[in-house]
Amino acid sequence: MSQVRYTKDHEYIRIEGAEGVVGISEHAQQQLGDVVFAEAPPVGKMLKAGDPAAVVESVKAASDVFAPASGEVIAVNSEVEATPGLINEDALGRGWLFRIKLSDAAELAKLMNEAAYADYLKTLD
Amino acid sequence: MSESAILETPLHALHVELGARMAPFAGYDMPIQYPDGVLAEHLHTRSHAGLFDVSHMGQALLEGADHASLAAFLETVCPADLVNLAPGRQRYTQLLNESGGIVDDLMVTRPPDAAGELRLVVNASRKAVDFALLRERLPKGVRLTPLDEAALIALQGPLSAATLVRLAPDERLEAAAFMSARPARVAGFETFVSRSGYTGEDGYEISLPAAQAEMFARVLLTQPGVAPIGLGARDSLRLEAGLCLYGHELDETVDPVEAALNWSIQKRRRVEGGFPGAERVRSALAEGPKRRRVGLRPDGRAPAREGTEILSSDGAPIGVVTSGGFGPSVGAPIAMGFVQRAYAAVGTPVRLVVRGKPLSARVVALPFRPHAYYRG
Repeated sequence: MSQVRYTKDHEYIRIEGAEGVVGISEHAQQQLGDVVFAEAPPVGKMLKAGDPAAVVESVKAASDVFAPASGEVIAVNSEVEATPGLINEDALGRGWLFRIKLSDAAELAKLMNEAAYADYLKTLD
Repeated sequence: MSESAILETPLHALHVELGARMAPFAGYDMPIQYPDGVLAEHLHTRSHAGLFDVSHMGQALLEGADHASLAAFLETVCPADLVNLAPGRQRYTQLLNESGGIVDDLMVTRPPDAAGELRLVVNASRKAVDFALLRERLPKGVRLTPLDEAALIALQGPLSAATLVRLAPDERLEAAAFMSARPARVAGFETFVSRSGYTGEDGYEISLPAAQAEMFARVLLTQPGVAPIGLGARDSLRLEAGLCLYGHELDETVDPVEAALNWSIQKRRRVEGGFPGAERVRSALAEGPKRRRVGLRPDGRAPAREGTEILSSDGAPIGVVTSGGFGPSVGAPIAMGFVQRAYAAVGTPVRLVVRGKPLSARVVALPFRPHAYYRG
């Protein structure tokens, strides 16, 4: 059973055992608009929580995607790099960006669950 | 810039009703995009017709005894040949400072039927500067009147002409040439229509009293294939069309030759001079400018945004990106920027430093997408 956690910067991480799949939230893709470019970090890169890890760009603007948790990048979504619009169509599914091997599962406790993230979104304008 | 509260155009309530995402631009609360989004709005304008609220721009009347005196005055601040501007025609030009730098770019229109009148359209962000500059220099008998109670609506895209024909069958606006302008009665509204725009498409810019603008826009939006388009798509459309945006490609340090606007300085003015910075402009025309505006195409898919450093293929800094993003109709990242003259030739390989990485790119011809203007 997987569970999803969110950051205040609107990244999500779907926890699958000792691994996490990272992307941007449904709210983030709506705010960004049509995504025209996505770049995942190289496989093998060691990320610390909060590091700039990936980039997504709309027609108008570029946004950094920060690592929600620390770990080694073990896979990237080459499909989303070729077809960035997948992020708009299915941010939490086919629009994932990269997969990490979690190095410190305790970090996940600092992230918001679905309900807490929904409450957090209500506090934004 | 004024320090007063944010301004609204006469179409503000309509934008909100249409679900626009609003944001401040040049002192006005403007629609950035509607629910369809920038990409869809951009493509819609290229394939159908888009309605743009450009009422934030500065419209003004310059009035005097006759055309000759108005044109002679404007030629003291602009490098275009305005004396020979025919009735019913408009010209693109720039206001220049004493060193030939661009204070603003603007459209100057000579109505077909008014003897001592020119219409000006300047950038929203430069209105105050422009009007102050003109007023300081106004000769006796010439008056400048900002048209604060006028709206400006652009209809752009391949369905524009058919749309206006349907609404104004007797006006024959489909036969009006690119860069011509005249009063026209459209759907019962008294308007002043020019065949011009900022998208590279065929289209019109329509000026009318602010009080009627919303009703008029609603009529246009009921027409098949006409959709509202926000400033986001307006920017990507003008970038693909290779058109300058003040504050990005143009500022007071850039002269018209550096900005690759030579075409807007007619031969008589090149020969005679008589505009601010004429020496700099004429020497740039004769010997080539130090730097030049160029089109840039990254080889990869990463857009290079404004401010991106441009390097030569051997790593020397040669310029900077002034506008950059993704061209929805090109289907790839595109940019404009200024490079040293030696690197301005089409085909020159360059590097664009994006997030610290020098990405390969080439200098390409502008526009990125051929213009579709109606030339009769």
